[in-house]
Parts: sequence; C-alpha cells; structure tokens
Amino acid sequence: MTATIERGAATAPVTSPAPVKKPTRKRPRGFLSSSNGKKVVMAVTGAVMVTFLILHMLGNLKIFISKESFNEYAHALRTLLEPLLPYRTVLTIVEVVLVASVVLHMWAAISLARRAHSARPVKYVAKKSQANGYATHIMRLGGVTILLFLIWHLLDLTFGVVNPKGFDSSPADRMIAGFDPSRWWVAIIYFAAVVMVGLHLRHGVWSAFQTLGWANRDRNKGLRLGAGLLSAVLVVGFLSPPLAIMFGVVQ
Amino acid sequence: MSFLEMLDVLNERLILEGDDPIAFDHDCREGICGMCGMVINGVAHGEQRATTTCQLHMRHFEDNATITIEPWRAAPFPVVKDLVVDRSAFDRIIQAGGFVSVPAGSAPDAHSIPVRKEDADAAFDAATCIGCGACVAACPNGSASLFTAAKITHLSLLPQGQPERLSRAKAMVDQMDAEGFGGCTNTGECTAVCPKGIPLDTIAQMNTDYLKANAK
Repeated sequence: MTATIERGAATAPVTSPAPVKKPTRKRPRGFLSSSNGKKVVMAVTGAVMVTFLILHMLGNLKIFISKESFNEYAHALRTLLEPLLPYRTVLTIVEVVLVASVVLHMWAAISLARRAHSARPVKYVAKKSQANGYATHIMRLGGVTILLFLIWHLLDLTFGVVNPKGFDSSPADRMIAGFDPSRWWVAIIYFAAVVMVGLHLRHGVWSAFQTLGWANRDRNKGLRLGAGLLSAVLVVGFLSPPLAIMFGVVQ
Repeated sequence: MSFLEMLDVLNERLILEGDDPIAFDHDCREGICGMCGMVINGVAHGEQRATTTCQLHMRHFEDNATITIEPWRAAPFPVVKDLVVDRSAFDRIIQAGGFVSVPAGSAPDAHSIPVRKEDADAAFDAATCIGCGACVAACPNGSASLFTAAKITHLSLLPQGQPERLSRAKAMVDQMDAEGFGGCTNTGECTAVCPKGIPLDTIAQMNTDYLKANAK
C-alpha cells in the first residue's frame, strides 16, 4: 500500500470516554416537548394550511368566470352565515386559525431544527446523501422562502400596501393590477414561491401521514403519488390566474 | 480483503512505523453484531447498500483511491477514540422499555402463544436491527428514530409485547429525546444506509403507539 494516511479533520479528536450516565428515567415530559409531539403539531397545522390552500386556489380560479364572480366570492367570504352571525365572523375565525397554524408550524420547525443542530455539533467532512437529500434541502429552506412570500403576498393583495390599486379597490382589480406585465418581477416572486410551496408539500403531505402513523408499506406508494399530484394541482391552479392576466387572457 | 482487514493491515504498518494504530470497533466481522460502524466517503457503512462495514470489500474501491473515514457524528455518541464511539445511549433507550415482562419459571412451550405468520414476519423484519447506529449517523437531524422504532415495532407486533405496548413506546421515545437525539423529518436517509434495510414504516408504527400512549 502506497497511499499516505492523512489524519486530518477526518480523524475524530481523542476524548476520554464520557462519564457513564445513569439510566435514569427522566421525569414524565409533556407531549409537546417531545420530538414526536412537535411533529404532530407540524402535521396537524400543515393539514389546516393545505386545506386552506385548496379552497384558496378554487377561489382564485373564479377569476376565469368573471371579475364580478371573483368579487362576489371575496364578498361572500365576509358575509358567510351573515344573518346568523355578524359581518366577517367566519372569515375572522378562519384567519385566527390560520395565523395560529402558521405560528405553531414555525414553532415546531424551529425547535426541531435546533434540536437537530445540537444533535450533531461536529459536521461531517464528507457527507453523501443516500435518499437524494430532497427533504433535507427543500423543507427548511422552503419554509423560510414561503414565509417571506406570505408577508409580501398579504401586503400586496390583502392590505394593498404594495399594490398599485391600493386597499380601496375591488379584489379582482387588485389581482389584475398586481400581475400587470409591467410588474413582471412580482410575477417572478410569485412563481418562485408557488413552486416552492409545491416542492414543500410534495414531501410535507406524505410526511404528515407518516408522522400521524397512517403511512405503511402498502399505502406509501399511493400516499407519495397523492402528495405529488396534490402539489402539482396546487401549483398549476395558483399559477394559471397570474399567467392568464400577464398574457391578457383575463383583463 | 474486507474493509476492516484493510484497516488491520494499515494498523500493522502504523505499529511497525512506531505510530499509533487507528482505533476502530469490530467484533463478529460477519455483519450481525453491529459494532463496526464508520462513515466511509460520506456514507454510513460505505456506499454498498444493506452491508455492514465488515462485509464491505476493497474490490469496490479503485486502486490508490483516497478514502475518507469518519466516526458516527452525533452528540449522544461521544467519540472515544478515532473511529470508536460510545453507543450506550442506545442501551439506555432499550433499558427504558425495549423488553417484555414475563413470569419467571420454566421456559414456555414455543407454540403456547400463536402468532400470525404476517405479524411474525413483520416483527422479524424489525427485529433484524443490530443497533449499529448507522441511522443516527446518516440522519441529517441526528435522530435515532429508526433504531427506536425498530425496537418498538418488533415487540408491538407480537402478542407477548401487547401488555406494555403503549408505556413502552412512551418510555423509549422519551428516553430517545432525553439522550439528545434529533427529531425525525422523514428524509429516509436512515433506511437507505441501514445494513438490515429496516423500513420507514416502523417509524409510522412508533408514531402511532406514541400518539395512543399520550392520548390515554
């Protein structure tokens, strides 16, 4: 053998064996402080948000029927169950649930990421992913991207702060003005974010089933396929209105 | 020549040269004890699938190739020396609940408790886990979920494991957390490097049992 042996970074530092920890049964810990509990929070809040996305996408597609249909839909969201409940009751409840879901989803993600970080204080010199590394790269990065987009998206089409039509305009006008070809960079932000949502859900939807213990050998193929299909449908459904506006199909 | 024999040859040379030999763990050298774990060129147990380091052969490497060897890197697996890590954390997870309580006395007849063939097969798939720690080494989160799930699944599929099924899942998962392992993000890195090919559904089984234990 002629190769030289390098004992560089690949060789671990020599440390004396850690004192043997007693096999103490730790105090019973809360469900939410366990890694599994946090994953359940992640899965359930994720499911709430996916349900919202499906309804949101269907609502957006109303722009293809007519501007009036889209505006009526936006108005109906505020007057839902109106004779029984005051204006905007249902919508406010939905908004509160969604904000809570976003916050809890982020809380679970951040605390799991921190736990993961402290579980591997020394990184590998060489590390090759054996499961294509998709989830590893897309989920946390994707989550941050989606959050940044969400802030922009609310400022643009909900509060109208960065929208040319402002807040005092009809939802359809805001949407059409927002995706005017002259604001092509908005469309790019939007496209990138929607694709990222799709990639996030491709892993996330299956992962939620796995976390809740509903995945198994027989169902996995179908669940993964279903997660991929749902993501694809959402991406196409969310991208078609801005594309139609940019190319003048919807005016 | 196997990978460990290559290290033996290397160590003989190092000793003759008056250098320190490279410390590494090994025992059975036939792929069933789980002692010989190392990350070879960035992959736990090397790139050949479903193979322990001792069953990996040098014919899979190019002549004169530079090989990077690292120990398992995880906070709950402190490095003892070079490639040797202390995997006692796994023992403590087992001690927390990876057992069945049976009345003492003479051994029961082997067929006294019938087990469905499908259950026996699935339990055995999980029971093939040798506790080598490759799952932890490969996991981007440093999670021990595949190991813990294999042990939980192995017992929770058998009639003998039913009485303690939920308390076992809770105790073992909580101990896994207490040891400082990361959480599972279902990346599938673990099952890809597992020398025994333990499937990811064991983790779904663990999640189910843990949820039920907490719902009680």
